[in-house]
Amino acid sequence: MARTRLIQAIHDAVVEEMARDPKVIVYGEDVELSIVGDLRGVHEQFGHDRIRNTPICETTLTGMAVGLASAGYHVVVQMMFSNFLYTGMDAIGNQMSKLRLMTGGQMELPITIIATIGGGSANAAQHSDTSYPMLMNLGGVNVAVPATPADAKGLTKTAIRSKNPCFVLEPNGRGGELGDVPDGEHLVPFGKAAVRREGDAATVVAIGRMLKPALAAAAALEREGLSVEVIDPRTLVPFDEDCVLASVAKTGHLVVVDEARECCSAASQIAAVVAEKGFSSLKGPIRRVTTPNVAIPYAPNAEAHVIPGEDRITAAVRQLLGRTRSERVPA
Amino acid sequence: MTATGLGETSQGSQAGGGPSPAEELRLFETMVLIRRVEERLRDDSAAGKLPGAVHLYIGEEAVAAGVCAHLSDRDYATSTHRGHGHFLAKGGDVRAMMAEIWAKREGICRGMGGSMHVADTSKGILGANGIVGAGLSIATGAAFGAKLDGDGKVSVCFFGDGASNQGALMECLNISTLWQLPVIFVCENNGFSEFTPSAEVTAGRIADRARAFGMACAEIDGNDVTDVWRAVGEAVRRARGGGGPSFIEARTYRIQGHFEFESVVLSGGRYRAEAEIEDWRQNNDPIARLRAKLVASGTAQAADLDRIEADVLDRVADAVAYAEAGEPADPELAQTLMFAPEES
Repeated sequence: MARTRLIQAIHDAVVEEMARDPKVIVYGEDVELSIVGDLRGVHEQFGHDRIRNTPICETTLTGMAVGLASAGYHVVVQMMFSNFLYTGMDAIGNQMSKLRLMTGGQMELPITIIATIGGGSANAAQHSDTSYPMLMNLGGVNVAVPATPADAKGLTKTAIRSKNPCFVLEPNGRGGELGDVPDGEHLVPFGKAAVRREGDAATVVAIGRMLKPALAAAAALEREGLSVEVIDPRTLVPFDEDCVLASVAKTGHLVVVDEARECCSAASQIAAVVAEKGFSSLKGPIRRVTTPNVAIPYAPNAEAHVIPGEDRITAAVRQLLGRTRSERVPA
Repeated sequence: MTATGLGETSQGSQAGGGPSPAEELRLFETMVLIRRVEERLRDDSAAGKLPGAVHLYIGEEAVAAGVCAHLSDRDYATSTHRGHGHFLAKGGDVRAMMAEIWAKREGICRGMGGSMHVADTSKGILGANGIVGAGLSIATGAAFGAKLDGDGKVSVCFFGDGASNQGALMECLNISTLWQLPVIFVCENNGFSEFTPSAEVTAGRIADRARAFGMACAEIDGNDVTDVWRAVGEAVRRARGGGGPSFIEARTYRIQGHFEFESVVLSGGRYRAEAEIEDWRQNNDPIARLRAKLVASGTAQAADLDRIEADVLDRVADAVAYAEAGEPADPELAQTLMFAPEES
């Protein structure tokens, strides 16, 4: 184990995979200097044929990834902020997510797109979105949402080895956070959630950046005698339904914490899955704790007001359990 | 030769050598194959036999044939929604394409793509595409791969005058010039952006957009297959030799509508005169022009060309019979094709 910063973990994953496979090519805006920090020094190590700066042209960056992958390369595109995916969306929504089906399975598109998600840094609405709902709806791309340095490394490596388009969405503002990363080869499989804290009173599924406030909320609730299980899905596509359903079978209550806007959020999808497949386990309504359907404001106090935090999570759990307790009182 | 609406073109046909007689006959055969396939699709579409829309390439055959004559299976090509001609000229199988359009299991894409999405990656055909201009960046990315491979492969992007108004063109001209990628942008200027004459929606000359980047550029008569063959030959030599990208604007004319049965959506509306179509059909048909040239030069007798035409008709009839007799597409396939199986 080594204490490693999250952006360093992604860096290590990319470097290891570039060293392992000469077909791994990295490009993006400002990747040589690596303004994000996750690719610092990679250009000096691997040179211009393996990693290079591009013009600012997201439409073409995602489209070129389809062509370069068709030519037998594994493409890693650093897109900086997930808001910029909107600019590059034709090749994501119409090409890389569909061409394997549309060509009858002829095409394999090993493409990894790295971007940050979420607010909290006073970057305002065009640099703060949590834009995975639109990716989840495409059906043909994997979506990884690492919340720890170990997962950032392991999921990035799995993405780069995948034969399919994968998005690795880093939690904004958390790149400097330290965590233990296993030594040596460390791969984290897609579709395997992690139970970050065990409990039996309620299940809290917390996605990406939301894991930290969810764990803080669970610690606070523990002091009130409420034992909360916290699940980190790690990937949204594929999604580990079994893990969440098993937890809800134990606790009977579900809160999903998602920084995406409420409408068609990942939380909505997870709630729907549990409502359909785990209804008999539920002792109360499912609660979504999400960003309301607004653009993220610039002012830090206004931003903190809309993005889910510890207080909203604890309030949701308390309300659920309080309500359930009252329902249990015989009339 | 009356080249109605053709405007000014380069004098490419006056420079350099042309295709050999054998190559000219292959060009003729390719163009006739495309024409007969498209005519059959036109008729079968009108008869209600095809499940989806078809966008036909009649009148533009010289471009696909003249370009693809310089390519091997290892070279890449991206195509458009009007892509049957590119698919056939690049070596795609006519039976497999026909079965695809008929939505059959035997289709080149197993019935999952259809007319607008015929692709054969084993032949470097990265697919026809339903998004206007999408092939620009895909071809540029494939050219990046070809450049990294360093073995002389090239990438061709077929696109139209309509796609030239997408911002992606500027982005791809920029990056391919910066990185000196082996890509050839072939703009088939057929005069129409769907249902709008291109002049109404296009400022300036399309080729000037490439000239602004310092890219090698030619404006040619796209209905003269020899002109196409020469210009593309030069561009392909340049790309294979590390000389970077080229831009070719081939002026041609779309004889058919944007898609078959367009009268249904037009509901009486018009965007061009019937006389204009008839003028191109009568006076500037690329196949008739090549036939006249081959006979006049003594390269072939009319009877030789008739024999090629008859053989092609047989192949097309065979392909349609194959498609008609095919199995319906597997409705469960979509569930299994979205993701490639991962190695465990």
